[in-house]
Amino acid sequence: MNFSVIPISYYLVLSAVLFGLGMVAFVFKRNIITIFMAIELMLNAVNLAFVAFARAHNQLDGLVFVFFVIVVAAAEAAVGLAIVISVYVNRQTLNIERINLLKF
Amino acid sequence: MPILDHLWIIVALPLLGSAINGLLGKKFSKPVVNAVGIGALTLAFVSAVEAVREFAQLPADQIPFLTKTYFTWIHAGIFQVDYRFQVDQLTVVMLLVVTGVALLVHIYSAGYMAHEEGYYRFFSYLNLFVFFMLNLVLAANVIVMFVGWEGVGLCSYLLVGFWFLKPSAISAGKKAFITTRIGDFGFTIGIMLLFWTFHSVDYKTIFEQANKLAVEPWGLGTLTVICILLFVGAAGKSAQLPLYVWLPDAMEGPTPVSALIHAATMVTAGVYMVARMNPLFSRAPLAMFIVALIGALTAFFAATIGLLQTDIKKVLAYSTISQLGYMFLACGVGAYASGVFHLMTHAFFKGLLFLAAGSVIHAMGGDQEMPHMGGLRTKIPITFWTMFIATFAIAGIPGFAGFFSKDAILEAVKDGPNANFWLWLLGVVAAGMTSFYMFRLIFLTFFGKPRYDEHKVHVHESPASMTGPLVVLAILSTVGGWFAAPKLVGGPDHFTNFLHPVFAAYAPESGAAVPEAAAEVGSPAMMLFHALTGWPVIVGLLGLALAWWFYIKSPDTPKKLAQSLSGPYKLIHNKYYVDEIYNFLIIAPLLWISTHVLWHFVDEGVIDGTVNGTARVARETGSHVRELQSGNTRSYATWVVIGGAGVTVLMLGLWGMVR
Repeated sequence: MNFSVIPISYYLVLSAVLFGLGMVAFVFKRNIITIFMAIELMLNAVNLAFVAFARAHNQLDGLVFVFFVIVVAAAEAAVGLAIVISVYVNRQTLNIERINLLKF
Repeated sequence: MPILDHLWIIVALPLLGSAINGLLGKKFSKPVVNAVGIGALTLAFVSAVEAVREFAQLPADQIPFLTKTYFTWIHAGIFQVDYRFQVDQLTVVMLLVVTGVALLVHIYSAGYMAHEEGYYRFFSYLNLFVFFMLNLVLAANVIVMFVGWEGVGLCSYLLVGFWFLKPSAISAGKKAFITTRIGDFGFTIGIMLLFWTFHSVDYKTIFEQANKLAVEPWGLGTLTVICILLFVGAAGKSAQLPLYVWLPDAMEGPTPVSALIHAATMVTAGVYMVARMNPLFSRAPLAMFIVALIGALTAFFAATIGLLQTDIKKVLAYSTISQLGYMFLACGVGAYASGVFHLMTHAFFKGLLFLAAGSVIHAMGGDQEMPHMGGLRTKIPITFWTMFIATFAIAGIPGFAGFFSKDAILEAVKDGPNANFWLWLLGVVAAGMTSFYMFRLIFLTFFGKPRYDEHKVHVHESPASMTGPLVVLAILSTVGGWFAAPKLVGGPDHFTNFLHPVFAAYAPESGAAVPEAAAEVGSPAMMLFHALTGWPVIVGLLGLALAWWFYIKSPDTPKKLAQSLSGPYKLIHNKYYVDEIYNFLIIAPLLWISTHVLWHFVDEGVIDGTVNGTARVARETGSHVRELQSGNTRSYATWVVIGGAGVTVLMLGLWGMVR
């Protein structure tokens, strides 16, 4: 396979579309789990852009960042899902609009 | 010569006494406080006497500038101030007067203050006062003198307000301090101008440079301006017109304080300073005239107020102002020695008058009003006789101390090189009034029938610790003027001759400012006759006769006179409304500006407004911004997105600019 056939702009556009979808879902969705997934989507969109740049410039830096992002995302998923379960146990809901006690 | 080489000992002793009593005195019993306070003063007096004895044996060429430098206090560029003492004849006189009278007042206080709270505090302040006063008279430069000058003012404030639970005493203390401060404003500017002109603050350097200058013409030359400014300071310190108002109020302090600070020593600091600066004053004829004029006017003006006062201490206070006026009058006509002579005799007889008045007040159980007294002569004989002698002295009755000094002053004003008939007239009339109000005081207090309730007031003679100093001062009030006695029969005036080197060393050549011993011709008997029948003596006796007529012979006369002359009577009785005028012209506007401009506008409006405004802006901003934290996670998400978009746009823009 020759990756150079596909121009980098294709990857970047795909990355931007994925990031945009994730962002829209992040803002407009109500369920915490869905928002969580939107965040994951944005992270992976960024990962894609990193990988594409790394390949295009023939450098390893982007790949290293991707590994870090995956590790952090995994940790975040673990902690985040634990919080989600804990919230559900206490409030019997995952609707973000009803979880609004922490305010001025 | 141990003490002359170690002048600091004289000064350090009272400071040590003050420190011990002030820091530890609370736990001491009264005898210990006495031992420390009076002991320190006794040692200081003995050292001073020893220093004077050594001084008298010095060869003449080491005088007048025998100085001892202890350390350099300030050194900045050409401005150098050494902590330096000097001894000359003028210092010697002051040294003996200050330590001597202070010692007597300390002993007296042990009896007078025996039942007061804060006994140790009183002695601590008194010792501190003596420390500063000795600094003032021993200083060899203007700055060290100024330290003493301000220090005695501080002690005056502390001692006038000694009974600090009494509002009138507190405000009197503040009045004394602030009024003096107005004078010191001129004084400090004078010192600066002095340094600016002569590039030194040392007496010796200044005087030697001044010695090369000629007498300034009538007008505002540099020397004249310096002298006038220095005299402003002296007028504040020595309670001259128009800054005398603090001294009568200062009578709120304990009576020994009035005797020591407000009669014998501190208030004479101004006279001492003018006499010390004689090389400058003698070259500034306009300043000299102002000194003489203010002195004569004050002598006259204060004497008129003294005529109608009923508070025994207030009479003495106005009398002090009046006598200080005489001293300035003497300095103003160039008779510095006579001024210092009067300073010394005044320290004796006015110190005595105050201490005796204290003894009267003590006997009356605290009442100071003369209309409540009367007939005390036989009940407190020692107080009566000593006070009687002091009254003779101040009234200028021949033979007593005040006669010689006052006569010398009036003679210099009449016949001296700067003679002025009108000033002499003021002085003579004031002398008559002095005699009148002093004998009025004596007659009202000691003669006639008792006007107090004999069942309530138990009149008793004071203890020996109080009458002892009275007797010593009475002797001094009698013999203290005899230095000048030979002059009456054409002989030398020993006092003037003793001080002559101080005032002749840097005298300008043209004006013979310091008169030599009287060089009149005539037989001794004729001269004695003239001296004893001069106007000062005649008006003195007239005052005595008039007081006798008014207050012994026909006691109704004063009342009738007051009714027929109600206008002037009211004016004088209310002290010419000077306090009210000052209140209206200065204090009330100052208070108004302070309240409405400085307080309500500047402080509350501008300063507080700025501080509170800053806080209010932060609070208002916070109360609006906090609504951003709605608890709604989706709005946070929106803000994150908007922020991210903003940062992206910003970076793209910056990148574009860099490119």
